Amino acid sequence: MIASASAKAPNEEARLPIAYTPTTLPVVVDEAKCIADKGCTVCVDVCPLDVLRISDLTGKAYMKYDECWYCMPCETDCPTGAVTVNIPYLLR
Amino acid sequence: MDDITDGLTEVSCDILVIGGGTAGPMAAYKAKRRNPQARVVLLEKANVKRSGAIAMGMDGLNNAVVPGYATPEQYTKEITIANDGICDQAPVFKYASRCFDIIQELDSFGIRFQKTENGDYDVKKVHHLGTYVLPMPNGDTVKRALYRQLRREQILISNRYMATRLLTGRDGEIAGAIAVNTRTAEFLVLRAKAVILCAGAAGRLGLPQSGYLWGTYENATNSGDGYAMAYHAGAGLANLECYQINPLIKDYNGPACAYVAGPFGAYTTNSEGRRFIECDYWSGQMMQEFYSELQSGKGPVFLKLNHLHSDTIGKIEAILHTVERPSRGRFHENRGTDYRERMVEMHISEIGFCSGHSASGVFVDEFARTTVTGLYAAGDMASVPHNYMLGAFTNGAVAGEHAAEFAAGRDLPDYDPSDVEQERARVLAPTRRDDGIPPNQIEYKARRMVNDYLQPPKVTAKMKLGQERLAEVREDLEGAMVARDAHELLRSLEVASILDCADMAAAASLFRTESRWGLYHYRVDHPEKNDADWFCHSILRKQDGRMMLEKRPVAPYIVPIEDEERSAYDRQRIRESA
Ligand SMILES: Cc1cc2nc3c(=O)[nH]c(=O)nc-3n(C[C@H](O)[C@H](O)[C@H](O)COP(=O)(O)OP(=O)(O)OC[C@H]3O[C@@H](n4cnc5c(N)ncnc54)[C@H](O)[C@@H]3O)c2cc1C
Ligand code: SF4
Ligand code: SF4
Repeated sequence: MIASASAKAPNEEARLPIAYTPTTLPVVVDEAKCIADKGCTVCVDVCPLDVLRISDLTGKAYMKYDECWYCMPCETDCPTGAVTVNIPYLLR
Repeated sequence: MDDITDGLTEVSCDILVIGGGTAGPMAAYKAKRRNPQARVVLLEKANVKRSGAIAMGMDGLNNAVVPGYATPEQYTKEITIANDGICDQAPVFKYASRCFDIIQELDSFGIRFQKTENGDYDVKKVHHLGTYVLPMPNGDTVKRALYRQLRREQILISNRYMATRLLTGRDGEIAGAIAVNTRTAEFLVLRAKAVILCAGAAGRLGLPQSGYLWGTYENATNSGDGYAMAYHAGAGLANLECYQINPLIKDYNGPACAYVAGPFGAYTTNSEGRRFIECDYWSGQMMQEFYSELQSGKGPVFLKLNHLHSDTIGKIEAILHTVERPSRGRFHENRGTDYRERMVEMHISEIGFCSGHSASGVFVDEFARTTVTGLYAAGDMASVPHNYMLGAFTNGAVAGEHAAEFAAGRDLPDYDPSDVEQERARVLAPTRRDDGIPPNQIEYKARRMVNDYLQPPKVTAKMKLGQERLAEVREDLEGAMVARDAHELLRSLEVASILDCADMAAAASLFRTESRWGLYHYRVDHPEKNDADWFCHSILRKQDGRMMLEKRPVAPYIVPIEDEERSAYDRQRIRESA
């Protein structure tokens, strides 16, 4: 259980710290083909699991969360064929 | 996107439909057609264009009752037998009588169904007794066709809102729902005169063997929110111990699919290449035989196609690798599996709740009414057994029409504002913590406990231990779960539904002290079917804040079943001499 702020001892600031565990992403976007910088958001809009985003850095679509049903609307609906859905590694 | 934003908007409508997958769009469409003046809102966690089980379309209707092939009486009889007799026939008969109209209506939307050279519907036999499977040659267009109709009828669509709780009025009647935006965490309070729940199966209950949380049979958006919401609103849920377990491609965890390949000559075999079941139609009894074969020296189990002509296999591939679960082809390619050469290794899925394929769900009558006034349910989460896609469409239509009439004669009920405050506190709790346990870990643990303790064969002492472990996970969820953005908040809300469903699965399974529905409710310490004490539904509901269970008699049959017919589904195993 997390202690409330007032009950926290000074050296107990982060009692349940969070790690970043690496994982391979099943969905790959070909940045040369992606036209998100021209306003396209189709793959982000259609993904049932809502795991795709447009990167602030590159202006292109990318998979942000590894939570994929390998269902393929993102690939099927992309107007430029920029998206490839691979089977997630754990079940490949 | 994804930053947590403080906000609350209230809107009012006549009919609120929650879930825009299969049943939901049809319910909204029919409600609006019945009363064009009504304000109909369709709320969807994902995007109605590509959501639900049919996100990528479907290869056929699994349970079409088409004149000339089958009658509503025959269908009702088959479904009653397949469910070991525990079946209120009125909603099944209603479905069977109406579904042909819905087929024709879908046809008018532009969805084509396979016809013979004479122009008749080309229905295939897959079930144990009757003929009900109708292929859809342009099944990939289902969602688009539905979406066009929703636009035409000016249904108000709210995408990316997850409903989290239902609102009830002073007398426990429905008053609306609370929803959270999945990308901003803003709240939406929807007041409504009638609410139709179409939130799909509880597809993230057990953990797939791959260990991948999203590698489920069901669309992984379907985390059982509908069951949890109905439960907390006081609605009764029927026969939750009758799990859904499916025979699937191992690891891929999608259908192979015997319903498509079966009519072309494919069949299920053991590792010796021999058939061991009479019929590939999914039932608990069939799953029991499948499970036994897997555990025996003759496992694993395969789908055999390699005896078929290469052109025939080409036709099967053209269906299986383009609609429904089109990434199937890629999965096989990675492993070098060619249907022409090798049999496809099969396995059984994790457990879930889903009336689409089994029989459990929010209890409804033949008008899709739940036990809460003004609350309807349709599709995979409602208790009409073996619904499949056409059941979702047909019962969605039934719910939409009835709800439109119900709402027309009613004022907008008041809700208690403190319910909204309480829900806001519950929802936002994980965002108020600086550190803690992320939802994916809580989910993984809860679902692993479901596998370890709740999946069949069910053992009483194990299930009780499971309840203790799940209670510990709940403490973590309520006291230590952390969500750092709106997306993680969505996941944390889903875990809460998953845990509610796990608790319900355990309680319902412990309640029914007999075995029934083949593998779905096989209790090792109560191995026999006991009609004297258990020829009834189990109904689970929340009363005074606690989970309670009671028996409910099966409604008198409208289509009689002869004694010798009752056991037809028990005879699944092929006789040794055959
Ligand atoms: C892989 C697969 C293959 C199948 N093959 C066939 C077949 O060939 N033939 C056949 O007849 N049937 C088939 N079925 C069964 C059939 O597709 C389903 O029974 C039917 O589509 C279920 O419809 P539904 O509306 O209940 O659920 P869904 O279509 O799954 O819709 C549920 C919707 O609710 C939304 N939702 C969930 N929670 C919330 C919430 N809290 N707030 C808002 N929205 C929410 C979801 O995003 C989803 O869009 C198959 C199912 C699967 C999964
Ligand atoms: S749909 Fe295609 S083009 Fe559009 S944003 Fe996604 S990847 Fe880019
Ligand atoms: S395959 Fe499906 S779940 Fe995965 S990113 Fe594409 S649309 Fe989303």
